[in-house]
Amino acid sequence: MSKEPVAVVGIGQTKHVAARRDVSIAGLVREAARRALADAELTWADIDAVVIGKAPDFFEGVMMPELYLADALGAVGKPMLRVHTAGSVGGSTALVAANLVAARVHGTVLTLAFEKQSESNAMWGLSLPIPFQQPLLAGAGGFFAPHVRAYMRRSGAPDTIGSLVAYKDRRNALKNPCAHLHEHDITLEKVQASPMLWDPIRYSETCPSSDGACAMVLTDRAGAARAPRPPAWMLGGAMRSEPTLFAGKDFVSPRAGRDCAADVYRQAGIADPRRDIDAVEMYVPFSWYEPMWLENLGFAAEGEGWKLTESGVTELDGDLPVNMSGGVLSTNPIGASGMIRFAEAALQVRGQAGEHQVDGARRVLGHAYGGGSQFFSMWLVGSAPPHS
Amino acid sequence: MTREIAVIAFAQTDHRRTSDELSEVEMLMPVLHEVLDRTGLQTADIGFTCSGSSDYLAGRAFSFTLALDGVGAWPPISESHVETDGAWALYEAWTKLLTGEADTALVYAYGKSSPGSVRDVLTRQLDPYYVAPLWPDSVALAALQAQALIDAGETDEPALAAVAARSRAAGQDNPHAQLRGSVPHGDYLVRPLRTGDCPPVGDGAAAVILAAGERARALCARPAWIRGIDHRIEAHSLGVRDLTDSPSTRLAAERAGAFDRPVDTAELHAPFTAQEIVLRKALRLDDTVCVNPSGGPLAANPVMAAGLIRIGEAAARVHRGASDRALAHATSGPCLQQNLVAVLEGDPR
Repeated sequence: MSKEPVAVVGIGQTKHVAARRDVSIAGLVREAARRALADAELTWADIDAVVIGKAPDFFEGVMMPELYLADALGAVGKPMLRVHTAGSVGGSTALVAANLVAARVHGTVLTLAFEKQSESNAMWGLSLPIPFQQPLLAGAGGFFAPHVRAYMRRSGAPDTIGSLVAYKDRRNALKNPCAHLHEHDITLEKVQASPMLWDPIRYSETCPSSDGACAMVLTDRAGAARAPRPPAWMLGGAMRSEPTLFAGKDFVSPRAGRDCAADVYRQAGIADPRRDIDAVEMYVPFSWYEPMWLENLGFAAEGEGWKLTESGVTELDGDLPVNMSGGVLSTNPIGASGMIRFAEAALQVRGQAGEHQVDGARRVLGHAYGGGSQFFSMWLVGSAPPHS
Repeated sequence: MTREIAVIAFAQTDHRRTSDELSEVEMLMPVLHEVLDRTGLQTADIGFTCSGSSDYLAGRAFSFTLALDGVGAWPPISESHVETDGAWALYEAWTKLLTGEADTALVYAYGKSSPGSVRDVLTRQLDPYYVAPLWPDSVALAALQAQALIDAGETDEPALAAVAARSRAAGQDNPHAQLRGSVPHGDYLVRPLRTGDCPPVGDGAAAVILAAGERARALCARPAWIRGIDHRIEAHSLGVRDLTDSPSTRLAAERAGAFDRPVDTAELHAPFTAQEIVLRKALRLDDTVCVNPSGGPLAANPVMAAGLIRIGEAAARVHRGASDRALAHATSGPCLQQNLVAVLEGDPR
């Protein structure tokens, strides 16, 4: 039995900001959900099930918040499933929801991911002391900086590459009304002069801490046929996980990321991602991860990713635009960040990305990762249905 | 026609009040080995892995990543996690197998309640603005539900005591149970609930293997076929719910096909005696159905694993021929807010 094709027919995001003091957690998620329903021209009654994701519960200080959010998301009397796979969770949540449609368990599913970081403190939420266990370094930057340094040594990339990525993403964010950071006076010199936080990562090369939610309506062929706007079709999707630490682990280019991409490309019939994929929304919380993931995802040979960044290929008007929305570097409600990548990829192939639209985008990759570069989730969406 | 999927193996720890000497991973590892050994499968043979656990029980963020190290996720595996009872991890794995993307799945769940006060921890899952600041604990909320049932004339304290006694007598035959045999019904903990009406607090883990079609038949003499599985959630606020009923359980059971034909066995995730009364009514279970032959959550209630254990226990009875059609139920949230129902059947003998 073949799988049911899955289409994205509704997308909604909040305007991401540092602190949404005007709404409760329920108010935040409902805002994104209502926008996704409005985009699909559907009502709560059209939704068969709700799949929700977020990063650790300590980030808001609410255990299993989906229980309390059932009413706000119109889930009463319906199935509601909560996913948690670390930083990749926004992507994983969308894939779990997509499977419900692909398996023909449900026809139309609302999927949503959120983080309201202003409710708590993510850095310390990640750093609760556990007896007899090695403490996680305070903040993710301390964990990832040595791996960035390893990439620079291996590839011989010039020191300036990271600042180029940050400068590009922050300028792209100016074209995305939902983005958190809108730095109208950004210059490359300002990025390069910002304080060094975790050598070689500077302040302007790190993601902000955001309140935000992202929702999508996923549906089957029949649902897509009724959709008022062009759907995005899922052409492939996969998750891969590997352990945090082990002898031989490659933190620069983890095998789980390579395997995950290969699975997606196989499902979608992509032989050469550099040629066959038009744009990428990838999870880049620290600027240097753009060239690192370009290699891990097969868009550049090992050690060559930085050259794409340096030559402008990943600019909004480049040959392979990356993070047209401004990316995680401009918006990071942690649990939602993966789903925002997936949703922004879908916006592109629907031609609905507004000022940050890539002309003629037909196949766009959405990518998320989490933990110690160990959890990956990705999907490839297209403007045409699979096998057509 | 949808793909046939079965539970083909189940394993669990001996559930205990404390496991101070073991980390979550150390508690889980023997169970993973045991469930794989039952099928002869190795980690690399598993198509999809999914787990259920809670950071709030573990007291740390991303606690599930440590368990993943124990699974042996190398080469990298296709894997996911739910932040709730493992029964919902099984549901996610079931959908994955339905898509045809995998033929086998490993599902596991674990929880250690001993390091903290689980009654206090569970208050953190209540409405953070209006209810959680009052810290109403899980026993107090269950007592509200029990009192509502008594006030409605649907049960009385001796009937609740009988549920407790029957469960722990059944637990006598379950080597994994924490509380078994003759257990004093005790004093009031929160009126009308006595200590005997409440589940034991303890630590434990469980694991299940699912397989599709011919793969299931090849790996298991009598697979427990999942004929239907569904879950539904209710409103969160207790004030808008009728605590004497469980419409979400009834709806999930309907969708799972539980009412199409009678079941002979039911494993109910009713941690408090009064909740069994509510579930029996919603599921239309009469005295001919063998309810919680394992002793149920009143005999062992490792939070986050106890729902998956219900499915595992029901499946194990099908495996050994003690049941032909069994119902398994799992719950999450205060006073049965969210409920899952699965119907398992063995091939005709």
